[in-house]
Amino acid sequence: MSDPLLQASGIYKSYGHVEVLKGVDFTVERGEVTALIGDNGAGKSTLVKILSGALRPDRGEIRVAGRPVSFDSPQDAHALGIETVYQDLALAPELGSAENVFAGRELLKPGLLGRLGVLDRKTMRRRTQQAFIEMSTDVKDIDAPVAALSGGQRQSVAICRSVMWADKVIFMDEPTAALGVRQTGRVLQLIRRVADKGIAVVLISHNMPEVLQVADRVQVLRLGRRVAEFRAADTTVEELVGAMTGALEGKAA
Amino acid sequence: MSDVRTAAPAGTASEPAGAVPPAAPRSPVRRFLSSSPAYMGLVLLLLVALFSALRPDAFPTAATGRNISLDISVLLVMAVGMTYVMVAGGFDLSIGSVLVFSGVVMAKTMIAIGGDGPLVVAAGIAASVGAGVAWGLLNGVCIAVLKVPALITTLGTMGAALGAAQLMTDGNDITDVPSALLTITASRPLGFSWLVYVAAAVALVGGLVLAFTRFGRHTYLIGSNEESARRAGIDVDRHLIKLYAISGGLAGVAGALSLIRFATTTISGHATDALQVITGVVLGGTSLYGGVGTVLGTVVGIFIPAVLQNGFVITHVQPYWQQVVIGFVLIAAVYVDRLKRRRRERS
Repeated sequence: MSDPLLQASGIYKSYGHVEVLKGVDFTVERGEVTALIGDNGAGKSTLVKILSGALRPDRGEIRVAGRPVSFDSPQDAHALGIETVYQDLALAPELGSAENVFAGRELLKPGLLGRLGVLDRKTMRRRTQQAFIEMSTDVKDIDAPVAALSGGQRQSVAICRSVMWADKVIFMDEPTAALGVRQTGRVLQLIRRVADKGIAVVLISHNMPEVLQVADRVQVLRLGRRVAEFRAADTTVEELVGAMTGALEGKAA
Repeated sequence: MSDVRTAAPAGTASEPAGAVPPAAPRSPVRRFLSSSPAYMGLVLLLLVALFSALRPDAFPTAATGRNISLDISVLLVMAVGMTYVMVAGGFDLSIGSVLVFSGVVMAKTMIAIGGDGPLVVAAGIAASVGAGVAWGLLNGVCIAVLKVPALITTLGTMGAALGAAQLMTDGNDITDVPSALLTITASRPLGFSWLVYVAAAVALVGGLVLAFTRFGRHTYLIGSNEESARRAGIDVDRHLIKLYAISGGLAGVAGALSLIRFATTTISGHATDALQVITGVVLGGTSLYGGVGTVLGTVVGIFIPAVLQNGFVITHVQPYWQQVVIGFVLIAAVYVDRLKRRRRERS
């Protein structure tokens, strides 16, 4: 069997005297949605920050496709095809979808104009439109400022942006937390489609039914350790909650 | 839709690619017509039409056009820099004082070199722009690196630059300028002063760079959401320093223009320049909250007070009314901007 796409082993991280991560192991596979769940303070966001390059671990090893890596910044992770969709989406509300998708990665016109820094707006719009169609998002007007879009559409823009740049792993921090039922459904479909492209999606969520609906595997953190790993098809909400709270010790799938 | 690539592997068939109809974007023309610069452009045209109807003999004349364009040229140069700073969510109160400081540096430089002629003037202009850039860099470093709020930083340098200018001159205006300056003022190609051409060129280049280049795009991204710009890998601090340096540099250009126009350093004449410039920039649709604004709008916004002023003089209305009217128009313009914002965010 080939190496996991992303593998973290023995990750430790402390803030002062508080040991947040105590030797966490974590693996994600190509084309799968891996849910990362845990109670507040279990260390989910710290782990994701470490795996997406925003934080450095005190100890531990991260391998991407079998190769050991170390990230000094999110840009290092980006360069390896790892993107993060932040809970606050990190979009520029006054600008349009294409402008947001290409933020910091603008394409320039070929030739002299490009050397003067002139943007190739047509290509950026076309590629954004293409990505939206490919992902079947419901963003109708890619020129409209992002602030004018619905919450679900904004989430779609943020996800499509990460899909355009990630070819390996996308971390999504509570992507449906602020959404209504219908929009949540659409975003979950979108997450599924992202995974079907062969990208590994790591979904952080508090919503157990949602996790079971969209994830392939579920990994449970508790008090800074991975305490259980389930196949979503073989588990139940009760079992997940049990593992999160420590009421029962789960076994790896 | 013929060029839809289906890069997704088989198995995505749950919803066929392209199920969503392609975007039906608003046409650029409609988009422009609903923008603040277009509204304000209309206001400007109405004002011109009104004054022309009231005084058909005196207002719509070449002389009025020359006067107005000459009046605004110095402010417009600074307003282009202010547009960049404000689009990035910043603020620069120091430009009026930097203008004075740069003018003094230019006059002192020319005196120090001595003699007359275009080279002396060129050296003076270079010194003026350099002095402006230096103040701008100081502003930028304080704001971006030391994280002192822009309002306070530029309030500080506003006082410091003016004080420094007065120290260098003992508080007296320098009127001892080379006669080459007067030649520049006297020559008017196609009827317009050189100042007007410089201002037009600055506005044109500034507008194109803001609208069409990566530098401009990063300016909008930073103003709209600084944190997201950082996460997108943009070097925000560096970019902000550059923007304040541009604003200072353009204030230096304005200082040179002012010295060329008046042949004196006009030390006490620029206390309200920054406020006038900010008024024009905001009237032109640039948002106080960053992320929105165009140089075209700024041009319109700078023209409106000047047209009112000239129009009132010509129609024998007390010109003090201009300040009263502009004050309320400014408040109204920002109120409308807020309304539009709130409506958009609710939709």
